[in-house]
Amino acid sequence: MTDQEILAGLAEIIDEIAGVPADEVTPEKNFVDDLDIDSLSMVEIAVAAQDKFGVEIPDEQLKDLKTVQDVVNFVSKNS
Amino acid sequence: MTGARILAFGGYQPDKVVTNDDLAKIVDTSDEWIRSRVGIESRRVAADDETVADMAEAAGAKALAASGLSPSSIDLVIVATCSPEVPLPNVAATVAHRLGLDAPGAYDLNAACAGFCYALGAASDAVRAGSARNVLVIGSEKMTSWIDWTDRSTCIIFADGAGAAVVGPSAKGEPGGIGPVVWGSAGDQAHKITVTSRTGAIRQDGQAVFRWATTALHPVALEACARAGVSTADISAFIPHQANLRIIEAIARRLGIPRDRVADDIVHAGNTSSASIPLALSRMAEQGRLQPGTPALLLGFGAGLSYAAQVITVP
Repeated sequence: MTDQEILAGLAEIIDEIAGVPADEVTPEKNFVDDLDIDSLSMVEIAVAAQDKFGVEIPDEQLKDLKTVQDVVNFVSKNS
Repeated sequence: MTGARILAFGGYQPDKVVTNDDLAKIVDTSDEWIRSRVGIESRRVAADDETVADMAEAAGAKALAASGLSPSSIDLVIVATCSPEVPLPNVAATVAHRLGLDAPGAYDLNAACAGFCYALGAASDAVRAGSARNVLVIGSEKMTSWIDWTDRSTCIIFADGAGAAVVGPSAKGEPGGIGPVVWGSAGDQAHKITVTSRTGAIRQDGQAVFRWATTALHPVALEACARAGVSTADISAFIPHQANLRIIEAIARRLGIPRDRVADDIVHAGNTSSASIPLALSRMAEQGRLQPGTPALLLGFGAGLSYAAQVITVP
């Protein structure tokens, strides 16, 4: 899967869980500061990402994933 | 074999209302933060001298009156609780005596927030097996006596209250009843919700519990539906443990149950552990939100970690 495909899939998930329009989900965005996504929504996003990409994102890793690009990199590296 | 069904519900909440603004005066939090993270607007807190047995008695009396049964026809009282003031005597025998019941079997059961579904399963089995004609099942909790009021991650969540149901036999060939309970545990995750000592308070790894609750429980609910022979589309009301509105919404979304069929009693009741499901049921019944004769899905989950689900026919 290309980074572009991961980004598109992630944007879909974020739209569904947090109601952030997909076109606002760009790589440099910070989840907390830019997209107003809290820690519980991050858990839901991680769970949905696991279903979609088959990559588990444990809680210990999750706290280090601050931006959209961080998640794309994590999924890309572990898929 | 005889079947078992729920005859009536009853609920009790203490008078004292504690709002989010009240809590913001004692810990670093805000109304907006609490509403968005857990979905609670206000909760009830028992008076200092109000006990788990007092609340259980109040809820039990209402359910008994609503059932129309005579006190002498109750053969068993089960109180689900994890917050009694003392381990001895148990709550159930005291409550049975105060309600004027005729020396029924009486025991307490601790499966934390899953307690009511466990007790309901036990009651249903007792009626089916002929061990009891009718059973009074109560969930009663004074969670605030186990709270550290300086811990903003827990003191905003937990609350006090009680709920009850009367379980009796269903006639042969009568439709509906109480479906098979699907229960289980995850003791490997016991450390995620604990009281660490006799004088300690509830500590919870909120994020880990949130992940567990939003991933491990919808299959349990689906199995309970399958065992009862109904699909989620048939479920007229879904009453999960009122732990956190975000958890409730996530599980309901995974089950595909529309929002208007899902209990949201937590908004004004807080998390009352084993009392939350019967409390929500009794309030929904009062508000006319339950349709008699239709299947409702119950799902309890919490410390242990323990969980249980069953489908009931709304009385």
